[in-house]
Amino acid sequence: MTEGAFTELRLDGVGRRFAGKDALVDLDLTIRAGEFIALLGPSGCGKSTALNCLAGLLPLTAGSIWQQGPDGERRIDTLPPEKRGFGMVFQSYALFPHMSVRRNISFGLQMRRLARAEVARRTTEAIRLVQLEEHADKLPGQLSGGQQQRVAIARAVVLEPSLVLMDEPLSNLDAKLRLEMRSEIRRLHQSLGLTTVYVTHDQEEALSLADRLVVLRQGRVQQIGTSEELHTRPANWHVADFMGFRNIVEVDATHVDGTDVVVQGEGLRLRGTATAPTAVGDRVVAAVRPEDVLVGAGTDGADGPNATPATVEVVGYQGRELAVEVRTAAGRALHLRTEQRLAPGDAVTLTVDPERLLVYPLAAGEHVPAPLVAAVP
Amino acid sequence: MSLTVERVPGEARQAQDPGLRHRLAERGIDRQLLLLVPAVLFVVLLFLYPFLYGLQLSFAPDEGGPLASYQAFFSDPYQSGTIWITLKLALPAALINVLASVPIAYRMRGSFRGKRLLTIVLVVPITLGTVLTAQGLLNYLGPAGWFNKILMTLGLIDDPVRLVNNYWGVFFSLVITGFPFAFLLILSYLSGIDPTLERAAATLGADWRQRFRHITLPLLAPGLATTFCLAFVLAFSVFPSAVLVGNPAGETRVLALAAYQAAYEQYDYSLASAIAMVMGAVELIVIGVVLLWRSRLYTGSTGGKG
Amino acid sequence: MATTVAPRARRRIVGSPSSWLIWGAVTFFLVNLAGVIGAVLVSSFGTQWFGTWFPNGFTTSWYATAWREFGLLDVVGVTLQVSLLVVVISVLIGVPAAYVLARRTFPGKKIVYFAFLLPILMPPITYGIPLATVLYKFGFAGNASGVVLANLVPSVPFVILTMTPFIEQISPSIESAARMCGATTRALFLRVLGPLLVPGMLAAAILVLVRTVGMFELTFLTAGPDSQTLVVALYYSMSAAGIRAQQAVDAMAVIYTSTMLVLLVVALRFVNPTQLVARVKETPEP
Repeated sequence: MTEGAFTELRLDGVGRRFAGKDALVDLDLTIRAGEFIALLGPSGCGKSTALNCLAGLLPLTAGSIWQQGPDGERRIDTLPPEKRGFGMVFQSYALFPHMSVRRNISFGLQMRRLARAEVARRTTEAIRLVQLEEHADKLPGQLSGGQQQRVAIARAVVLEPSLVLMDEPLSNLDAKLRLEMRSEIRRLHQSLGLTTVYVTHDQEEALSLADRLVVLRQGRVQQIGTSEELHTRPANWHVADFMGFRNIVEVDATHVDGTDVVVQGEGLRLRGTATAPTAVGDRVVAAVRPEDVLVGAGTDGADGPNATPATVEVVGYQGRELAVEVRTAAGRALHLRTEQRLAPGDAVTLTVDPERLLVYPLAAGEHVPAPLVAAVP
Repeated sequence: MSLTVERVPGEARQAQDPGLRHRLAERGIDRQLLLLVPAVLFVVLLFLYPFLYGLQLSFAPDEGGPLASYQAFFSDPYQSGTIWITLKLALPAALINVLASVPIAYRMRGSFRGKRLLTIVLVVPITLGTVLTAQGLLNYLGPAGWFNKILMTLGLIDDPVRLVNNYWGVFFSLVITGFPFAFLLILSYLSGIDPTLERAAATLGADWRQRFRHITLPLLAPGLATTFCLAFVLAFSVFPSAVLVGNPAGETRVLALAAYQAAYEQYDYSLASAIAMVMGAVELIVIGVVLLWRSRLYTGSTGGKG
Repeated sequence: MATTVAPRARRRIVGSPSSWLIWGAVTFFLVNLAGVIGAVLVSSFGTQWFGTWFPNGFTTSWYATAWREFGLLDVVGVTLQVSLLVVVISVLIGVPAAYVLARRTFPGKKIVYFAFLLPILMPPITYGIPLATVLYKFGFAGNASGVVLANLVPSVPFVILTMTPFIEQISPSIESAARMCGATTRALFLRVLGPLLVPGMLAAAILVLVRTVGMFELTFLTAGPDSQTLVVALYYSMSAAGIRAQQAVDAMAVIYTSTMLVLLVVALRFVNPTQLVARVKETPEP
């Protein structure tokens, strides 16, 4: 490992304000060597700000960053980016347009004033690693998006950086290439023993890549956890909303027994699992994933848990499954996924396992936004 | 986490005043801003300082009170009339240059063969400047010049029309240098408007008149205002052509000329500065009015790659 | 619909009556422009020309006369010296400032931007007269250094306003990438930004050159007898008409014109014609 190798990198209350507006507030995070961490959130949530603060491209306006190395702890947020020894892959790739692939990749090595032979050896190795041997002397403008992406990655990892930062590196690629590059990135992370911080707004991408995820919203950390934890137990309804709980309904708690809760509202009466202490009469949010809503034709399953009659409205073909939008008798639209071949107008009965129906507290004055499509009269 | 923090002395010093560093970071201040220093210094020393010096000079005449130079200027119709003379030349010239450019540029946006050649030809008079244009106008529009000869040969006139050494000579010189300027600017503004906007309007049933009136013109209007301002600045500072093709003692005795004469013929630097200040003020008022109107328009993206 | 878009677009240029009107107006303008320039050109080669369509005979002797009598060798020398100095200095001062304006937001940015805009918006005479007075006070006026200083006043802002949009269109993430690769500020400017900025700097430089050679007012106000540029010498010879033969003045005008045309041809290799006019950046970002 090169200079600046660390066993642990600690972000301590890191914050960034722009002209009086908070972009990132009080980020505490400890990154262990070898980890793959994803910063996840909708656009404008502060994830790129966090990455740029970590890189040193953006000075902090609060907090500090510490690096735990073999010779003690060292403060690094006062160092300029070129002194931190991190590598970075940019969303737009940011290749130097006037330099060939080879020179792009060797640029960092030359900046380190390494011996010419060493530069050539490591550059060639990095080019082979990303399989660009035959394009080594082309300019970035002559390469496809995927190839440019490989150059950008090679340029970042050739320095054997103690930390690789990736800012939505796949967002400019088409769907097929994105999947290929995703496994490529994970493969490189493992084979080179990198430590990676990866920014994305794509929850699926983050879940499949990262060891730990940091979910941000409006500049604040919402939850830090493994993919499993985030998928099954979002910390609050905002995270649930972002992690694919498409059915989010604002209701009242009518019966509470430990974590076993009954909620009522919008013509629904449902039994679910409370994620936080809840009292009878509380305004709460019920959240469930589309794939956890089970469906029976006609009145099939009417004796199952949380049985609710509904009518199919919109059906979208998604391969083996259908993405279906149904509407309850009281006019509430719900989303579900099923392998049954349903058609608009079909009468169905929905059931949901109370274990999978999560009930979140609702902050005072907060409301779940109304569904996009209003009820057809 | 076990906190065995060993801070190196140097870093403790670096961390001395994190508050200040954080505050500077929030305001975007760092050492890179020093790159701005030479240019700012330059503007202050060579523009603002002389300007303020002139302003102070204009209030410090050799004799009389602080306002004596301004009084001398405004009480003498031969002097104060130059404001009107200058405006009478510059406003119509700028207006005509801008208005004539719009339909021509509208027809010529998009690409056609010879467009680059045409723009190059149009650039020529701008680069030649007023001095050469004046010399050419004297030859071409003079009593024995080709223009009068052609008109007489065609039998349109009997005696040569007097087109130089008066208002018209200066006016033509302003059009010759000003029109290409306005045209090229407006052409670039027009090409900056996304053509699909007009196509969208066409699919909604607008004919070309309506498309121009409701789509192109509103998007072009801020550009028109800017072009007018720049064309006006160009025409307003008319100096050499007013002397060479105009009648510098009479109908084309413009502000710049009055200021020049005060400074270099009467050696009254206070009066000269006062006239220069009046000139600046009149120009800024006109520009201010136009920009005020412009600020009420839509000035966002025009969708194009301009 | 049978017609495609392309033929319709072409028909619009030559077809309708309004098109003819517009082409007519343009042609009229160009014919007169040719007349203005041609009259000078023909006269400079004519022996005697009174009231006829063309001169009685043709000669090149006026050029020799003009060259000798107006001391054009010195004038051209001064012109070159002054313009090149102005170009180099204004690029050196302007480009770093343009970089900061393009990349950074800081308190007072609007004021700084406005201060750079003012010298371009103000009539040269307005600040030229006080400037000349100040330059005289400090002993700069009446020689080439004063002319250079005065010409820098509109040139530096011009470089800034030309370069700012050029720098803005270079993605800032390229700079960030260079920094992440370990480049210091020096290396960043020399190895990455420098090569990318060369086309823009070349364009700005050539534009300043054209403007400085053609700049009359400021040079006129600050030049002494030994520091006249071509355009000022031309003005003096014109306003002193009657002393010299008209044709010699015309010959000098042609020399000036050809200088400008050569510059123009060079300039147009690097910039597009619209840029020669102005490069106004709309609404500075807050």
